[in-house]
Amino acid sequence: MAAKRKTPVKSRNPDLIRGVGKYSRSKMYHKRGLWAIKAKNGGVFPRHDPKPKAPAAAAEKPPKFYPAEDVKKPLLNKRKPKPTKLRASITPGTVLILLAGRFMGKRVVFLKQLPSGLLLVTGPFKINGVPLRRVNQSYVIATSTKVDISGVNVEKFDDKYFAKEVDKKKKKSEGEFFEAEKEDKKKLPEDKKEDQKSVDASLIKSIEGVPDLKAYLAARFSLKSGMKPHELVF
Amino acid sequence: MPFKRYVEIGRVALVNYGKDYGKLVVIVDVVDQNRALVDAPDMVRGQMNFKRLQLTDFKIDIPRVPKKKTLIEAMEKADVKNKWENSSWGKKLIVQKKRASLNDFDRFKIMLAKIKKAGVVRQELAKLKKENAS
Repeated sequence: MAAKRKTPVKSRNPDLIRGVGKYSRSKMYHKRGLWAIKAKNGGVFPRHDPKPKAPAAAAEKPPKFYPAEDVKKPLLNKRKPKPTKLRASITPGTVLILLAGRFMGKRVVFLKQLPSGLLLVTGPFKINGVPLRRVNQSYVIATSTKVDISGVNVEKFDDKYFAKEVDKKKKKSEGEFFEAEKEDKKKLPEDKKEDQKSVDASLIKSIEGVPDLKAYLAARFSLKSGMKPHELVF
Repeated sequence: MPFKRYVEIGRVALVNYGKDYGKLVVIVDVVDQNRALVDAPDMVRGQMNFKRLQLTDFKIDIPRVPKKKTLIEAMEKADVKNKWENSSWGKKLIVQKKRASLNDFDRFKIMLAKIKKAGVVRQELAKLKKENAS
């Protein structure tokens, strides 16, 4: 294709009515400056010959096998998945209530949404035992309580940080199989503990600035008698 | 003795049902046996069935179907809003509204306050019991 212009060309020939231009062919020839292009090129229009093609790559061998019926090619799919749309009530620093899993009922601080769509969340660990963790938006109630999260740097966390570590397969001989496995518990690497501490340090300071907030985050949420979830304001 | 609150022009009523639920309105005219013409400073004057209204103790002094301006002046003079909010009925409604709008954090703080108050009361009671026993 010819090189694209920066702006679409406005016609130099205004319409009198649709289908009838103001200027004749000869006038347009002059207006477009075709005489100047010709003059520049020595009385002829410049000719651009097609670039000589490199000799066709060594002729492909005819395939050994042709399928009896035509094989259909699947349609091209260029779809790129986007992270889930975040609910408007969930902003960085919101206190969320976890609804399922090991930390069911815990109130937790929301940090950011990861590229996979999951929410990055932290207890803080010292307050309620919830570490830096990923959580699905659907299993969460967003409260209207917000914590000041300005001192926290969450740039380095993404889904790869939370990937499971792959252990090299160890071959077990019969004798070893019956012995108790020595390295049963996987220890948390020290740098993850450091990350948790650094994220929580400024968070805990801003939490302690609000009265009762620390006790609030330490307590679990539960439905009591008379509470109607569809009438409650969170 | 039998009835104390009458439907009359100027009677302040509470809307019990419908779009204007919870509003204080003034009965401005009676349409027929079942309906009244009703008006409030922040709504368009319209008819309402008596079944949607709960009469209150308050009455203001207005002519039949007053202009909006007259109505508002009469309501200011009788100080309906403040009298309503200081009445026990009005206070109950305000508390109900506040309870319904409580945040999860607010409910938690209230729980802590209740426990604290109960602790103080129990201490006093124990003190009084001891004094009585001795």
